[in-house]
Amino acid sequence: MKPAAFDYVRPDSVDEALEVLAASGDEARVLAGGQSLTAMLNMRLANPSVLIDIARIQDLKNISLVDGMIEVGAAVTQAALLAWPDLVKHQPLLAQILPNVGHYQTRQRGTVCGSLAHAEPSAELPLALATLQGEVVVQGKRGRRVLSAADFQTGMMTTDVAADEMITACRFPVADAQSRSLFHEVSQRHGDFALVALAAVSTAQGVRLGVGGVAEIPRIVDLPLLQGEAVEATLNDLAWELDGVDDPHASARYRRELVRRIGKKIINEVSHATS
Amino acid sequence: MQRLDAGLRHRVRFLLNGRAVEGDAEPRMLASDFLRQVLGATGTHVGCEHGVCGACTIRIDGKAQRTCLTFAVQLDDCRLETIEGLTDDKGDLNDLQTAFRRLHALQCGFCTPGILMSLDQLLEEEPEADEVRIRDVLSGHICRCTGYQGMVDATLEVMAARRNAAGGEE
Amino acid sequence: MEAPWLGKSLERVEDLSLLRGQGQFADDLATPPGTCHAAFLRSPLAHAKIRSVNIHQALSMAGVVAVITGADILAHSKPFITGVKVEAPHYALATDRVRYVGEPVAIVIAANRYLAEDALDAIEVEYAALEALVDPAEAAADTATKLHPSTDGNVLHERSFRYGNPEDAFTKAAHVVETSVHYPRNSCTPMECYVVVARHNAGEDLFEVTANFQGPYTLHTIMARSLKVPGNRLRLKTPPDSGGSFGVKQGIFPYVVALGVAARVAGCPVKWVEDRLEHLSAATSATNRLTTLKGAFDENGRLLALDYDQLEDCGAYLRAPEPATIYRMHGNMTGAYDIQDLAIRNRVVVTNKTPTGLMRGFGGPQIYFPLERLMDLAAKKLAIDPLELRRRNLVPTEAMPYTTASGALLDSGDYTRSLDRAVEEGGLSELIARRDAARTQGRLYGIGYAAVVEPSISNMGYITTLLTPEQREKAGPKNGALATATVSFDPSGSITVNTSSVPQGQGHRTVLSQVVADALGVHPSTIVVSSDHDTNKDPWSIASGNYASRFAGAVTGAAHKAAMKLRERLTRIAAADLNIPVEEVEFGGGKVYARGNPDNALPIARPAAKAHWSPLSVPDEAGVGLRETAIWTMPELTEPDEADRINSSGSYGFIFDICGVEIDPDTFAVRIDKYVTMHDAGRLLNPMLADGQIRGGFSNALGAALYEELAYAADGSFLSGTFVDYLPPTAVEVPDLVILHDQSPSPFTPLGSKGLGEGNCMSTPVCIANAVADAVDRDITTLPLTRSRLAGLVMATEAEDARSVPVAPAPPPGEGHALRGEGSTMVPASPADVWAVILDEEKLASVIPGCHELQNLGDNAYRADVTLGIGPVKGRFRAEVVLLDLDEPRSLRLVGGASGPLGISQGEGHVTLVETPEGTRVDYHYAVRISGKVAAVGSRLIDGAARTLINSFFKHLVSQTTNQATGQTETAPAQGLFARILAFFGITS
Repeated sequence: MKPAAFDYVRPDSVDEALEVLAASGDEARVLAGGQSLTAMLNMRLANPSVLIDIARIQDLKNISLVDGMIEVGAAVTQAALLAWPDLVKHQPLLAQILPNVGHYQTRQRGTVCGSLAHAEPSAELPLALATLQGEVVVQGKRGRRVLSAADFQTGMMTTDVAADEMITACRFPVADAQSRSLFHEVSQRHGDFALVALAAVSTAQGVRLGVGGVAEIPRIVDLPLLQGEAVEATLNDLAWELDGVDDPHASARYRRELVRRIGKKIINEVSHATS
Repeated sequence: MQRLDAGLRHRVRFLLNGRAVEGDAEPRMLASDFLRQVLGATGTHVGCEHGVCGACTIRIDGKAQRTCLTFAVQLDDCRLETIEGLTDDKGDLNDLQTAFRRLHALQCGFCTPGILMSLDQLLEEEPEADEVRIRDVLSGHICRCTGYQGMVDATLEVMAARRNAAGGEE
Repeated sequence: MEAPWLGKSLERVEDLSLLRGQGQFADDLATPPGTCHAAFLRSPLAHAKIRSVNIHQALSMAGVVAVITGADILAHSKPFITGVKVEAPHYALATDRVRYVGEPVAIVIAANRYLAEDALDAIEVEYAALEALVDPAEAAADTATKLHPSTDGNVLHERSFRYGNPEDAFTKAAHVVETSVHYPRNSCTPMECYVVVARHNAGEDLFEVTANFQGPYTLHTIMARSLKVPGNRLRLKTPPDSGGSFGVKQGIFPYVVALGVAARVAGCPVKWVEDRLEHLSAATSATNRLTTLKGAFDENGRLLALDYDQLEDCGAYLRAPEPATIYRMHGNMTGAYDIQDLAIRNRVVVTNKTPTGLMRGFGGPQIYFPLERLMDLAAKKLAIDPLELRRRNLVPTEAMPYTTASGALLDSGDYTRSLDRAVEEGGLSELIARRDAARTQGRLYGIGYAAVVEPSISNMGYITTLLTPEQREKAGPKNGALATATVSFDPSGSITVNTSSVPQGQGHRTVLSQVVADALGVHPSTIVVSSDHDTNKDPWSIASGNYASRFAGAVTGAAHKAAMKLRERLTRIAAADLNIPVEEVEFGGGKVYARGNPDNALPIARPAAKAHWSPLSVPDEAGVGLRETAIWTMPELTEPDEADRINSSGSYGFIFDICGVEIDPDTFAVRIDKYVTMHDAGRLLNPMLADGQIRGGFSNALGAALYEELAYAADGSFLSGTFVDYLPPTAVEVPDLVILHDQSPSPFTPLGSKGLGEGNCMSTPVCIANAVADAVDRDITTLPLTRSRLAGLVMATEAEDARSVPVAPAPPPGEGHALRGEGSTMVPASPADVWAVILDEEKLASVIPGCHELQNLGDNAYRADVTLGIGPVKGRFRAEVVLLDLDEPRSLRLVGGASGPLGISQGEGHVTLVETPEGTRVDYHYAVRISGKVAAVGSRLIDGAARTLINSFFKHLVSQTTNQATGQTETAPAQGLFARILAFFGITS
């Protein structure tokens, strides 16, 4: 299990990285923490001819507050964000979610943006981005784009980032002080990918619910404040609409059941706290 | 900007357990292979090469990480700590190693080096960690021999002992 | 701590190196200069004929020294022999057919592993797929496709046994209870994978191989025979340390032969380090077994008779020592119970899965799962408490040693006392109170029990039970369980111990130092025990190796015997030097001294050294060095008798487990609330190490009960290729244990000790299953009890009424893991326009991204080399597609497949065009099968990925057709039509 050969490029700046990307196009992959990509390289599931290592670009290592958003640079590790002193205050949902991303050891190298870029359907951070309606900052030689979460992830393991572009940062909105959020993940073992992951945030109108691990991309629904059977009916519809499939770890039926049961729990909890 | 061509070997330099070391590697050479095959530091083991089992864990710039998910060329100028550097100044087993032995926290010993490196960081950064946290950190490793209890007990014991020692000095 | 050392928890001598990173594992040892590295090309298909293997391009690649194929294997080796005489040849590489995913097909030998893997991708193998058989019951059917054409069918072995009068017992029984269960495939997956370093000395035709092989050394004979050399020309060395085995490293032996041949053909030393994907997919597995078990009970709950019908799935080949799994327990099929009437039918079937082999608990979980489930089912039916039912049927203490119906001699134990102690000291009453309280609150809480007899020290003759008495008579007797140990004093008077136990992490060096220290009155730290082994230098025999829990009972006994022989000789030397009668010589504290006058003493090194330095000065035959090799076996381990009774093991421990579980009512996660395990393994040699074995066995068994399965799709594709697909429990999942011990010494082993490391792999899976069954009030017939499986068992029928979307129809049974789907899409063009686009081959080549070569084969058939994938996952494939049943412009069928290093796929799709007022409605349905690497490592994602590609194919069909039909030029198409047609055939992640 050894990777195929590739050129390794370590640019000192985003501009340099973009130069290389522009020159190599589809054949290059950006390497940040490599906690997903390197495993795929080892298995030769991915065989890029150029790896562009952005982990040392200083400009990408910042966590900052910009216009009511927490901006996380593309070289910021999951552990670094988790250790950011203001995280619980500014975005408690993220603080709940991050400890579920991989393991202690992979979070210390794996980046927040890298997990988004990988766009794995069961991963927690894409669910966080979608539920919180965050943004992804993408840069190419042609310019800079800010993609909404909805526009960013286009399918299983695919995003709207073009071959000559790279993610430079992602942004999560600072939580409303009144807002309440909850995350619940069901996985086989501690630290495994989610069989189903649910995130709920209270909004002015009701509750926004995000579901990961079932459909090819995180599914987000905005629900009015519902009570009793209405919650169940809505979740039942959602569970079916997600159209999950059987895999060796869980049946589609089980996933629907989790959407219904855990969904109800966290919607109720978030709603009660708000109302 | 550094550009290292595929198929050619490139000089890699870093600090390994406090000593400056260097060797040559193709860009695609995994850090785990570099440590073991180029530097002869065979204490770090390889168990899955996809980042799950944790056998290859070492500390890179202080942080426990998988060397199977790291390329040797990424180690340039880094500070690495491996199992070979864990003994105390006299070469004796340190407190955690000693507790591992006393509490039978290892059997075949293949996963042990990686586990010790993760716990080494935990002990340093979170001296008050509770059992839940210790198990959380250990869950990044797979051990098939022991059932983990000895590791948990050893870590708790060392934490308590270090706290007592620190308290005694004050 | 002081003598006696046995029975004390000495810290391990092994740890001093291991904790420093100074272990000497197989991959840590120096290799000869010029050693090249091997990588295996493996079958992506479960069952196929090999049409051709083209190594031409691979041979020309950088660093490649040789490529070994089935032709080399046929030229230089013979098939492996097994205990069953059938025409189902098994070679170290596939020769004409592949029979399981991961089966080795070729080996690249190159300067390093990276280069070797580069060349793997350049080998072209053409397969002709055959029907794959995965389900053992289907494979056993008379009409099933045969895996091995020269056999009469896939059942390669069948025998029925009858002890006492089971028919009578069943006729008279007040109650007959029956259960049918399936024990799944799993593996203890040691953290260190297989490693082989082989060289061939052509001048002497001598193979020198270092491998982390664990035994049994019966396999040495098989390897040598396969390599066509006598045993002394296969010099097999094992390294000082092993990164775990649990039986698994028995399965390395075909690779010893493969690499031996490779070294011979390549003309250089060759090293291979198995990677985790290879290991999980192709190393070995426990057998999966279908069992129907019936029990005859009288009105008081006495179990009168058992009737087993076992169908054992050994995978694609009967690989030695299989079919041993099904015979290892033959003597103790009645478990811990006193039953003299017994019927057994054993059938062994081959299927398109990885060959099976030794696995911790070997054969145990497969019988105790049905037996101990049966006890619970019976308890329910008879309305007797399950604990009481077990207690009533235990082998009575006064009957020990007890001969079972099928011939085992249960050597010692007080099962009732052990059970009562477990209940008392394990706190069962508190656990029951907890269950009652939980149930009052509506929580799902259950308690399970398991009573198990744990055999150790396998009788070399047990496997011959598969032969009829007449066949055995012809073949000659096989029996015993030879253990060897050498203890020696060197000229400085220090002690070295050497056995052929081939330790795999258990701490043999420590325990052997305790054994010898007690025998010779020295401190264990002064003794050096070597753990590496060399078949051309060290003593060994057929039963050598690390398996069947034979260390504690057998190997320690041999070491004790060797040390006592030395003691006797030293006594004579010392008696002369101390000027006392031999009867008065005592050993202790590193000295020999006179009883009653400890001042009359000598350091033990003095008489020991004298034997070396001055052999003429020592009395009689005691002289000439001090080195003793002891070989030990048990007279009780006789071959099967004419009634097929077999004492299959040398000693038998007893285990009683109690488990309390709570099930999360929403997620169906199983939480082990408390686990109590009581062991009677005779005399404990090192209690700390014994507990370590119990904890380790328990954690393997917890995995088997709740998480681990080597999963196959119905088409034989393998689905558990990574540690996120195959799920060994982590520190969060494994709870603490309450461990209790009884010590009823074995009368038959020299130190009274028995094996105990495998027991929990036998008792724990079913104990947890019983607890879960109690919690959810459902029968449990298979494992692992994943959340999803348990949910499926417990949840009421799903309320579909409120759903707003239609449900996809369930695939018909037996259709395999084919990904199925259907859909419909509207195209604003006429059916004729749509048709034109689908068949417009001229434009195809230009619009296919990643197309390296396109060939029109005529008759609407195409072949293309393309690069396709999703996200970062990309691979190069050779695809062939043919359009059939063209009914212009109404419908067509597409059939084809694609293959490449990432995997292989086959599929079929139907497209129907229906004219509507808005244009054309394109209806489609498809079935795609995917096998190989992508299935093994991406099973979690593969269906979704395939569906993504197929759906986007139709999206693009719409846009292409729209463009064509409306005369627009395609603007920056993301992907072309033909690529999507190829994608349609399952070229996925």
